[in-house]
Amino acid sequence: MTLKEILPGQRCIIEGVGKKSTLRKRIIDMGLTMGTEVMVRKFAPMGDPIEITVRGYELTLRLQEAAEIFVRRLADEH
Amino acid sequence: MSIKIALVGNPNSGKTTLFNELTGSNQYVGNWPGVTVEKKTGKVRNCPQDIQVTDLPGIYSLSTYSLEEVIAREYIESTEAELIVNIVDASNLERNLFLSLQLLEVGKPMVIALNMMDVLEHRGDHLDVAKLQKELGVPVIPIVAAKGVGIDDLVNAILSHDRSVAPFKEIYNPTILKLVKHLEKELKVETSSKMHALRFIDEGPSAIDGHKHEPIQMAVLNEEVDRQLQDYPLDRDMIISDEKYQYITAITKKVFVKNVDAKVSLSRRIDEVVTHRVLAIPIFLLIMYGVFMTAFGPIGGTVKSAFEYLINDIIIANIASFLINVGVSEGLYSLIVDGMLGGVGSVLGFLPEIAVLFLMLSILEDSGYMSRAAFIMDRMLRRFGLSGKSFIPMILGFGCTVPALMATRTLENERDRRLTMMITPFMSCGARFPIYAVMAAAFFAADQALVVYSMYVLGIAVAMLSGLFLKRYVTKGRVSNFIMELPEYRMPTLRNLFMHTWERVKGFLIKAGTVLLFASMVIWFMSTYDFSFRMVEDSSLSIIGSLGKAIAPIFSPLGFGEWKASMALIVGFVAKEAVVSTMGVLYGVGDVLVSNPDALTTPLQAVFTPLSAYAFMAFALLYTPCIAAVVTLRREMASLKWTLIAIGYQTAVAWVVAFAIYQGGLLIGLR
Repeated sequence: MTLKEILPGQRCIIEGVGKKSTLRKRIIDMGLTMGTEVMVRKFAPMGDPIEITVRGYELTLRLQEAAEIFVRRLADEH
Repeated sequence: MSIKIALVGNPNSGKTTLFNELTGSNQYVGNWPGVTVEKKTGKVRNCPQDIQVTDLPGIYSLSTYSLEEVIAREYIESTEAELIVNIVDASNLERNLFLSLQLLEVGKPMVIALNMMDVLEHRGDHLDVAKLQKELGVPVIPIVAAKGVGIDDLVNAILSHDRSVAPFKEIYNPTILKLVKHLEKELKVETSSKMHALRFIDEGPSAIDGHKHEPIQMAVLNEEVDRQLQDYPLDRDMIISDEKYQYITAITKKVFVKNVDAKVSLSRRIDEVVTHRVLAIPIFLLIMYGVFMTAFGPIGGTVKSAFEYLINDIIIANIASFLINVGVSEGLYSLIVDGMLGGVGSVLGFLPEIAVLFLMLSILEDSGYMSRAAFIMDRMLRRFGLSGKSFIPMILGFGCTVPALMATRTLENERDRRLTMMITPFMSCGARFPIYAVMAAAFFAADQALVVYSMYVLGIAVAMLSGLFLKRYVTKGRVSNFIMELPEYRMPTLRNLFMHTWERVKGFLIKAGTVLLFASMVIWFMSTYDFSFRMVEDSSLSIIGSLGKAIAPIFSPLGFGEWKASMALIVGFVAKEAVVSTMGVLYGVGDVLVSNPDALTTPLQAVFTPLSAYAFMAFALLYTPCIAAVVTLRREMASLKWTLIAIGYQTAVAWVVAFAIYQGGLLIGLR
């Protein structure tokens, strides 16, 4: 599954990032590397982009970019 | 002996604040990615030795995506930068350390300034600075730039630095390290050889562009790297960054202890409301409304009255009576009072409103709200061929078009950036406000605020529709990206707000004292003499009268084919404020315009109707930005062709819109 499918409040682990591109490089340089935990915080009012927490800071990216990031959803802690 | 240092760090790491602390210079600080749009240099104050600091744009990585990263990387790797001061946001350690690791690989002497230690303390987290220093192999100095804490320690660390370079950190796996050794030998790059080797693995032969090399040999080498890494679980271009982060994760575990009982931060609680799915847009509109109401409503108005008293009743009145007392000739009196004071004074009267607007924009920037607004508006702006990041330049455009155009540098995608630059001038800048104020006072006395407000809305609407129209030609093809940090909200410090507002106000005053003063004198001269340099009674026979009458027919279909108004628009290209100052001089009311902004009312009512006045305002809003903005556009677009297309487009749009307003209005019976 991809980051696009993760709902607000859910956590996931990054397993891969799309094809070779400057976009992928950017995503990785911002700290979204393999095995990193990401939490989806919220969607923007118009449903896109999304806000995530990664490595202790907040990042926003569009659904179109989130769809390039492959993840494994973590089970809810509760 | 002097030393040149480069100040490098992530956006929002407090880099510019540190620069101000070090140099005491009036350098602007903001809280959204990309405030430092150019590199600025200053000297460290109160220091026995000459230390030159260059403040570079905030960057996340030395890989080049945006123009800012290109600028920063080029400077860091140039021979000019002798020592790197890397500012690291301790409250955002992991991502900040990524750039630090890249900087260490450049192989220059380096000091790390660990900023925001107070935030860390406040959260109850713990960071072992000594251990971090040992891990990284360079001095790590804890500071709180905003409060001036630790600055002396940092300066001492720079002064006492022995210029040694930390040994290369072998944080990569053995295959990579072996490959680096091999590449170093083959590439034969003399400086930063390990960095170039790593970059070669990362991006291939383009890594050594600008260095001597044999293309064929490089292609062979590139294939060899491919072969060696083919069994690797990650693609070649991901390995280096990935392993850096693996190392960062490991050392963070060693040096950093997070307070697990920490309360939800205030910043996050504010954010929950401000970017709430339902509330975000109403709050956004409310904030925008608040900004304009403060600037152009009662608050700006109060400041304005006080200011007008100062200028008219004290300054101008005294100068005028002084001139009469010393008995200057009538011609000189006219030049000084009508030409100089009138022209400049008519514009100066609007300074308070513009200053308040600048202050409000600074608050928005410094607080961190701008990037939230970009987050909220991205979806909508995308429909118009723009990006959320276009929003920041557009809002800044309400202040002044020049910094707004420079702020487009944070847009990585060249086409997004170009489109944003083409539509940003439609956002009504502060210098255009006097035009609306004068016109609205003369023709729409009952609904002044509404009429002025409608100009701002018209500018936004034209910008949006232009996006829709231009995206097919300017931004066709590539899909753009939108990846942006949302920094923590911060309380803007009074010092930063004051410095920023003062910078802009100073710019406005300098413009009034130079460009506008000069233009007013020229206009006065051209309207007093004819082509054979004889003084004329009737200004329509003057130089400017003849010129004005020649170009007036262009504006006739728009309802203002009167030569004085036409001339004012032409002079407005020098500076938009000059539209009003020129009208002041030409209609011969310059000297009373400041004390009584309605002085233009009577002469204007003789040549305009409410409808043609509205068309005139629309034209003044939309036509080519002032010369300073055009020069900036030319530099930022790096293309004469696109600059001409942009200003040609803007002027054409202005004509068409004004035409539609006037002729359409006539059709439905307005006048």
